[in-house]
Amino acid sequence: MNPIALLAQLGRVVLAALAALGRLSLFAGSTLSHMLRPPFYPREFFSALLNIGWLSLPVVGLTAVFTGGALALQIYSGGARFNAEAVVPQIVAIGIVRELGPVLVGLMIAARVTSSIAAEIATMKVTEQIDALVTLSTHPMKYLVAPRVAAALITVPLLVAVGDVIGIAGGYVVATENLGFNAAAYIKNTVDFLEVNDMVSSLVKGCAFGGIAATMGCYYGMKSGGGAQGVGAATKSSVEAAAILILAANFVLTGVFFSL
Amino acid sequence: MIRMEGVRKSFGDNHVLRGMDLHIPKGSSMVIIGGSGTGKSVALKCVLGLIQPDGGRILVDGKPADSGDRDAFLARFGMLFQGGALFDSLPVWQNVAFRLLRGTLKRPMDEAREIAIEKLRRVGLKSDVADRLPAELSGGMQKRVGLARAIAAEPEIIFFDEPTTGLDPIMAGVINDLIREIVVEMGATAMTITHDMSSVRAIADNVAMLHDGVIQWTGPVADMDASGDPYLDQFIHGRAEGPIEAVR
Ligand SMILES: Nc1ncnc2c1ncn2[C@@H]1O[C@H](COP(=O)(O)OP(=O)(O)OP(=O)(O)O)[C@@H](O)[C@H]1O
Ligand SMILES: [Mg+2]
Repeated sequence: MNPIALLAQLGRVVLAALAALGRLSLFAGSTLSHMLRPPFYPREFFSALLNIGWLSLPVVGLTAVFTGGALALQIYSGGARFNAEAVVPQIVAIGIVRELGPVLVGLMIAARVTSSIAAEIATMKVTEQIDALVTLSTHPMKYLVAPRVAAALITVPLLVAVGDVIGIAGGYVVATENLGFNAAAYIKNTVDFLEVNDMVSSLVKGCAFGGIAATMGCYYGMKSGGGAQGVGAATKSSVEAAAILILAANFVLTGVFFSL
Repeated sequence: MIRMEGVRKSFGDNHVLRGMDLHIPKGSSMVIIGGSGTGKSVALKCVLGLIQPDGGRILVDGKPADSGDRDAFLARFGMLFQGGALFDSLPVWQNVAFRLLRGTLKRPMDEAREIAIEKLRRVGLKSDVADRLPAELSGGMQKRVGLARAIAAEPEIIFFDEPTTGLDPIMAGVINDLIREIVVEMGATAMTITHDMSSVRAIADNVAMLHDGVIQWTGPVADMDASGDPYLDQFIHGRAEGPIEAVR
């Protein structure tokens, strides 16, 4: 391939990516504006709170407890290589609160919530339910998208907080039961070590990841087409995009919080 | 009341509407016939603004359909979709009363439910379907729920996309009578798509035949049999031989 063609190819890819980013930003902006202007649909909002928040608790809890436990074991055995086994409580706390709590909750929400939102809205799209909404004087962005994104912005940080606590508890159980740590000292070390900034970063990440997860589900759902295959494609793309954007946002937010 | 002038719509190189002209007077019942895939559903969606036409004008009460307050515009319409398009997460009665439960036409819950049950009865459904989910109903029942939803808020203009497809002959008769009644008694303007010639005769004031993206023939239903138009003749008699190709 000659260099000009290669360059043209590259240009097309970059342009397509920028166009996608532009469409996505427009969608997010329009979602935000619909979230702030009446009419509001409280019933849709509460059902989204229930679906995204409450019903995700088991998944989030299980993810966090196993991760916290494994983290304690890893740090203990890794720390033993240079006689630093004692840092388990501090590293578990910081690892969970700053990084693993928000990221794993975000990814689980992408798996659980993004996929279900995308599949539901895409199905409504291909069966003309979205058109029907419009003819019944109901704006799909307001009725379907805004309540879900708002619910995710509120509940996912709370889920992250719960995940943080359960993750640390997982580490605590493994450390005190299997690794011979003193229970009171473990808790004291954890509490003393964590800073407000750590917890704030955890919640801010949760909020951002929740927003990304719900917005991606809605975006791909609303632009889907073409029958069952379209629904499948929308679901797949939404989860991929949500997961990658969550990881990228995590990198950026970590930079913002901890390298300044 | 509704006037389409030279409306054009293509999907890629599939030129569906190629300059469609149609006028539907206020309080009349227009039936659109035409082969499968000729763009009848697309035409209805263009009027409602669900599909943007590529060209031409659509006037409702003399004003362009895409001007002015969209909510107020849509509040005048009821639409039965070809596939029903019921909201599968809501029970039947909330589907029917959808408009009455939110927005400008909002009523108290029990009043809305009563209206929904009354509309269900008018399309021949008993009140015990009210609390079921759409997925638990047969195809014909879903169609009738869609019909009940289209008429629930008593709109001025109602579009029916194949209201009797998939119904038994008796139920089809009930629905034909209902549509006629809505036009005659409530003074609504109706635009119906159907393939069922007995429906055409039962509900139409005027008939229009869509073929090749344009209105091939239009006129009062009484003139339909003596039109002398070979396309229309082939269609109403269901002949395989004629100017309309069987493979499209
Ligand atoms: N959203 C769309 N994207 C691409 N093509 C479409 C779309 N909607 C309709 N078409 C095409 O437009 C043409 C007309 O479709 P339409 O649904 O209006 O047919 P119809 O006259 O209602 O047929 P039927 O009697 O079978 O319902 C078809 O060729 C269809 O493939
Ligand atoms: Mg159709």
